[in-house]
Amino acid sequence: MPWDRNQMAARAAQELKDGMYVNLGIGIPTLVANYIPEGVDVTLQSENGMLGIGPFPTEDEVDPDLINAGKQTVTELARTAYFDSAQSFAMIRGGKIAMAILGAMEVAENGDLANWMIPKKLVKGMGGAMDLVAGVKRVVVVMDHTNKAGESKVLKSCTLPLTGTGVVNRIITNLGVLDVVEGGLKIVELADGVTEDELRAATEATVVG
Amino acid sequence: MQKIYGSAAEALDGVLFDGMTIAAGGFGLCGIPELLIAAIRDAGVKDLTIASNNAGVDDFGLGLLLQSKQVKKMMSSYVGENAEFMRQYLSGELELEFNPQGTLAERMRAGGAGIAGFYTKTGVGTVIAEGKEHKDFDGETYILERGIFADLSIVKAWKADDTGNLVFRKTARNFNPPAATCGKICIAEVEEIVPRGALDPDGIHLPGIYVHRLIQGEHEKRIEQRTIRAA
Repeated sequence: MPWDRNQMAARAAQELKDGMYVNLGIGIPTLVANYIPEGVDVTLQSENGMLGIGPFPTEDEVDPDLINAGKQTVTELARTAYFDSAQSFAMIRGGKIAMAILGAMEVAENGDLANWMIPKKLVKGMGGAMDLVAGVKRVVVVMDHTNKAGESKVLKSCTLPLTGTGVVNRIITNLGVLDVVEGGLKIVELADGVTEDELRAATEATVVG
Repeated sequence: MQKIYGSAAEALDGVLFDGMTIAAGGFGLCGIPELLIAAIRDAGVKDLTIASNNAGVDDFGLGLLLQSKQVKKMMSSYVGENAEFMRQYLSGELELEFNPQGTLAERMRAGGAGIAGFYTKTGVGTVIAEGKEHKDFDGETYILERGIFADLSIVKAWKADDTGNLVFRKTARNFNPPAATCGKICIAEVEEIVPRGALDPDGIHLPGIYVHRLIQGEHEKRIEQRTIRAA
């Protein structure tokens, strides 16, 4: 059985190391916060100007002045710090954030990432994704291995407008975990019950090793 | 020094003109200058260029100025919450200049700091880099981005004193400080104007030198994604 959304998030949470400052994207990456391993102390950054994101509020705690980058209401922690957007992206661009975990529409074997627009169809914008992939030390993508039509999203080269070139380090999909290495992608792990042949068949990109 | 005005309309008197560039604070609907936006709608000024991270929703925030067709061009990073925006953009009625979010914030900060341009790695190898100067520093490629110099800044803060010193609250700070600095004139709307001396000088988020006009008012503070957990 391929991993479901929560299992993918749980696997992505294994990437977190004690003391890391981490930015989680919208969608499955947001779920990673539910699976931070015991004894691992990480600080979550929200690019609208917050370090130390707390859980969603109870009805009584809802505060319109306190939201995450997905515009969801959140709470603060004892460690929380607030700052403006220029400072937020100074720490992102300046390489102070250890890791970003992001969703994607397409990833290529050279680490190119496309996750912000489909020409003539979906024109929402890149938000902070281009700054994040250009600035953070390590970029982990979490996404389904194939699209709704069953076509691979792990490609030789991206077809959609890029978010960044050569920026992705690791890809976690419903079928397993792949690293971007010299010459292509290397299989790190298979999802429970998924065979290497199945993963290779769903991957358009070059798989090395 | 008299910075306090009686209403958003009074504070905007004499500063609006067709074709002007306005920098607006806010992220989503959080920390937006909602009273000033409504007053700009009522003033009817048109052909506006607006630098703002988002474009509001259809019936609130900057969405009001889109609805009334007062906007010629938006400079934004994410406009996914506004259907009217999409309609006007896809039909060619509205110009859109996408900016990566950090680039937009830094362009405002740079404009306010008298910096004409800066080099950044953000967007290299993407459509954002097309037509921009590329330059290598220490083996890495950067692109040139320009500072934003706006005619007017409109921002929302939590508290102000009568000299315009501002304090923001939680994530409602967001784009407000950089947006405030990059306009020739900055108007701030706040929830409360307190007497001089009531704010801790060590806790001022934006010094009053950047703020020319001030109003106090009631804010709706609409929530986009009310997300709660069980108590």
